[in-house]
Amino acid sequence: MIKLDNVSKKFGTGVFGLSDITLSVDNGEFVFLIGPTGSGKTTIFRLLIRETLPTEGTITVNDWDVVKLPKQKIPHLRKKVGVVFQDLKLLLDRTTFENISLPLEVSGVNSDEAKKRVEEVLTQVGLLSHKDKFPIQLSGGELQRAAIARALILSPEILLADEPTGNLDSATSWEIVKLLSDINEKGTTVIMATHNADIVKSLSKRVIELEKGHLVNDGIHKPHEAKNGHEEKETRKTHETSYEEREKKE
Amino acid sequence: MRHAKTTWTNIRRSPYQAFAAILIMMLTFLVISFFTFLIGGSSKIVNYFESKPQVTAFFKNEAKQSDINTLENDLQSTGKVASVKFVSKDEALKIYREQNKNDPLLLDLVTADILPASLEISSLKIEDLSSISDTLKKSPIIQEVVFQKDVVSTLTSWTSAIRKIGIALIVLLSLVSIFIMVTIIGIKISQKKEDIEIMRLIGATNWYIRWPFIFEGMFYGIIGAIFGWLISSLALWYATPFLASFLRGIPVLPVSPVVILELLAVELVLAAFLGAFSSFLAVLRYLK
Repeated sequence: MIKLDNVSKKFGTGVFGLSDITLSVDNGEFVFLIGPTGSGKTTIFRLLIRETLPTEGTITVNDWDVVKLPKQKIPHLRKKVGVVFQDLKLLLDRTTFENISLPLEVSGVNSDEAKKRVEEVLTQVGLLSHKDKFPIQLSGGELQRAAIARALILSPEILLADEPTGNLDSATSWEIVKLLSDINEKGTTVIMATHNADIVKSLSKRVIELEKGHLVNDGIHKPHEAKNGHEEKETRKTHETSYEEREKKE
Repeated sequence: MRHAKTTWTNIRRSPYQAFAAILIMMLTFLVISFFTFLIGGSSKIVNYFESKPQVTAFFKNEAKQSDINTLENDLQSTGKVASVKFVSKDEALKIYREQNKNDPLLLDLVTADILPASLEISSLKIEDLSSISDTLKKSPIIQEVVFQKDVVSTLTSWTSAIRKIGIALIVLLSLVSIFIMVTIIGIKISQKKEDIEIMRLIGATNWYIRWPFIFEGMFYGIIGAIFGWLISSLALWYATPFLASFLRGIPVLPVSPVVILELLAVELVLAAFLGAFSSFLAVLRYLK
């Protein structure tokens, strides 16, 4: 369960990264977080793992009050929330296997158990044959999957994926989204920040849209049913207009 | 174990920094060992002179045995004297031979004739030494009075100078090595900034990140101390025959291996502390 109450984030420059955001995501949900660059998607992720603190408001992740969380508890929070970072943040001098086992290492899991678990996750993301390769030897999609595997290794309750399809061709993007959906079906809450309009439009998932730090839309996107339901259409319309306009601008 | 592995990887990947860190630590512990030997040795020499007869009076060649006996009795009757020992020319030669048994050239040149007979007198109280020495100086059969108190006070002032210089140098070098180590570990932390950031984001605790750096500092300290100790001990071992003949009669050398090993143990503890402390400073400074 993720809850943001009247959360604002003002940066040192005086610019508001987020203004008065209130939203909640239930356990097991799959949510798209959309909006143009600079709209605050990544800031929300950073707030959720206490990489930064909000200027105002409260943030709850599971039962943790993230804002008031004592410093020494931050590692516990971060072990419960897996993150696929926009820039992946894989260690270049470690192999895929070593990168993925890093969170286990950090948690003090013994090496036999870690090996078993890493191989399980590598199989899940389809990278088992690449386990001894270094990040520089992997393709974009493979790197993305390695980052997802690392985010999954501690079986987090929440998975945050920041633009996981950012630099990928559409076929590979779909593979990644499929992988995230599978993970979601196993019970993990997934929030995926994305630019990819096609993917958002094709899946009937909840979409949260941000614009310049404001929450401008929050609703279920149902591409096929929307034509029949008036209310759904309304919601979709506002959402689609603003979103697609943004896409065009970019 | 895992921290040790990370530490080893960090060391291996920057050999020059590791070398610099070990070198400065080695220099520090070389000086510590060197001055420990020097201070220990000189204190022992002072103790030796303090426990030896405090006044030695050398007789003129023409001194007769009867005059010597009279003088000896006179001294005994003052009641200030703890013991008086007469060393005849022959005994002096014997002592000389014993001290120079490894040097045949010196043995050939010396006969009992050229060595003076002497009286070795120790007093009950150190204050009485001057009056005893004055009495002796007045006697016509005495050639020279060697007043050990002078020797002791000269040696004591030397020892205290050595101790002061030693401590000052050790403090200075320890500070230099701490600063160099802080800089080296600081550079390493900066080089790994991105890795550290990633580790934090995936839930590494502060101590998980700190330990490898602390271990690294301890490693440099310990290796430096071992080398510094080894070099100074080898140098001492090499110089022992020469020094022993120089300090003939004074039981300072050879230094017992137990003492040398004790020094190593103390230095290892100190080195580990110095290394860990430097790294900890670096970690506090660079890992916020």
